[in-house]
Amino acid sequence: MLLLSPLLVPLATALLTALLYRQSVAMRRAVSLIGALLLVLCAGALLVTVEHAGRITLALGGWPLPYAIEFAADRLSAALVLITAVLGAAVLLHQTSRADPAPETPTLYPLLHGLLAAVGAAFVTADLFNLYVWFELMLIATLGLLVHGGEPRQLQAAFTYLALNLVGTLLFLIAVALLYGATGHLNFSALRQAALRPELAAALPVYVTLLALALLLKAGAFPLFFWLPASYHTLPTPVLALIGGLLTKVGVYALLRLLGDVFAAAPAVLYEALGGMALLTLVTGGLGAVYHWDLRRILAFHIISQIGYLLLGIALASPAGAAATLFFTLHNIVAKASLLLIAGLIWALAGHHDLRRVGGLYSARPGLALLFLVAALALVGLPPLSGFWGKYLLVREIFSQERWLWGGMALAVGLLTLYSMLKIGLEAFWKPHPVGKVIAPVAGLWPAYGAVLLLTALILLMGLLPEPFIRYVDAAAASLGRAGVAP
Amino acid sequence: MIPLLALTIALIVSAGVYLALSRDLFRCIVGLAALGSAANLIVFATGRFGPIQPAIIPADAMKLAATAASPLPQALVLTAIVISFALLCFALVLGARLRQQGASDDSDQWQAAEPPATDPVKPAVLE
Repeated sequence: MLLLSPLLVPLATALLTALLYRQSVAMRRAVSLIGALLLVLCAGALLVTVEHAGRITLALGGWPLPYAIEFAADRLSAALVLITAVLGAAVLLHQTSRADPAPETPTLYPLLHGLLAAVGAAFVTADLFNLYVWFELMLIATLGLLVHGGEPRQLQAAFTYLALNLVGTLLFLIAVALLYGATGHLNFSALRQAALRPELAAALPVYVTLLALALLLKAGAFPLFFWLPASYHTLPTPVLALIGGLLTKVGVYALLRLLGDVFAAAPAVLYEALGGMALLTLVTGGLGAVYHWDLRRILAFHIISQIGYLLLGIALASPAGAAATLFFTLHNIVAKASLLLIAGLIWALAGHHDLRRVGGLYSARPGLALLFLVAALALVGLPPLSGFWGKYLLVREIFSQERWLWGGMALAVGLLTLYSMLKIGLEAFWKPHPVGKVIAPVAGLWPAYGAVLLLTALILLMGLLPEPFIRYVDAAAASLGRAGVAP
Repeated sequence: MIPLLALTIALIVSAGVYLALSRDLFRCIVGLAALGSAANLIVFATGRFGPIQPAIIPADAMKLAATAASPLPQALVLTAIVISFALLCFALVLGARLRQQGASDDSDQWQAAEPPATDPVKPAVLE
């Protein structure tokens, strides 16, 4: 039952908040926050259980494996479920503040919790078709949140998002069908066995490539990311932080699970190609962020750029690479969401998302400037913050494989990240406000500060005490399929 | 039968890609729907062709007859059809709402989400 809690708790909360549509906003808020806290507790319990008992599984449907629909949690899944729950709680807390919240219509909380349910279930499923269903549920919940405000810019962005992401899910479905047709299985463990059959050695890499292509679109890799910067900036801050922090990482998780675990015996050329795409993703995302002046668009391009690092870790095709990807994912979800929530606070205090229209925040709100500095430098990867350890683990493994170009690019793109973080710091905090607006106190911002403080504490914890985290991700990577498959 | 189905899927995919790449709102939706149908046909085809006996266990037996069709692809394709139908409905309502708000049916004319830059070097200020 604990294994299904990442799905059941948010789903129950979504249903409950939907049934309370006639009640007051405060009532729905309270139920939604209680649901989020319950999810954090369940995810924590799941992590502890997995840490003690190893991989836990549950077969549903009344059939023996591999025909039952299997749910399974190992260390990789449990860590991502917990970070999802923590981010969900932070975002729902931020939503109760007055820093650019989404309009509190009766559909808001069911959609947000529906999204959390889909993300949580995608992390614990061990069935390929089931994974497809969770991707579709994520797509539907995200579309609902995109059109939620109903303004023309949001509807236009939603159509772009729908058209491009639908192609991704269709590719995924076709790849799942072809894999099922070839192997007769959908269960991860059964697929892992079937992938070793010699008669499939010619066809299987083609299907796995198609599957990877679909997931790369979902992850936002070059040249398939164009749906992301075209739509994310139309979302209200808390929704943007949830979607921007999580969705692309589900694509990365699925890639890590499939290429690094289930089909770990795939040919090396696939990983080389993935590495090439990762480098282009790094650079194009970084350059896009340099060009833009709107906070939300700068951070949207940074999501893409950081996906490049995560993909590099998968492309290294080694346990250390997988460990680096997991650590980097955990760090990146927290740091990125923190920056996006701070963007909401900047909007609330200085009045705009565009850097040319804001300023003077350092003298008026030095505390906020400090919170921004922590998240921004963590994203750049400076010690002693979480991003440093993520990048260190990654670059160490890259250089130990003697891939000088990959390592050089990974380090050089850090300068692009630093440049655009400096730009935000100088324009929003350091320079005086362009029209001399006095930053007046805004009531009702404390939940937003609380959410940012929670995420900042996590960044500092991962940065100052990295050892337990690194031990954990190493153990998580050691249990992935590559360890079982001889190199 | 199999070459015929392969040819059909190829035709639907090419028509779907052609329409989905159109700038016209409605054509794009129809193209995506066609691509969805092609994907569903591929899922259906994984059950192999030949057995035409439905996948139902007779009242006096404990398991499927060996000549029956494989039930799993049918269950999968049913799920996929429901999902793609829901998304098609959503896309149609979204398209209708966009037209209601006065958006052009040529998606190149849409400028609310990403307004064109007026400055030669810097992007436009967003809402």
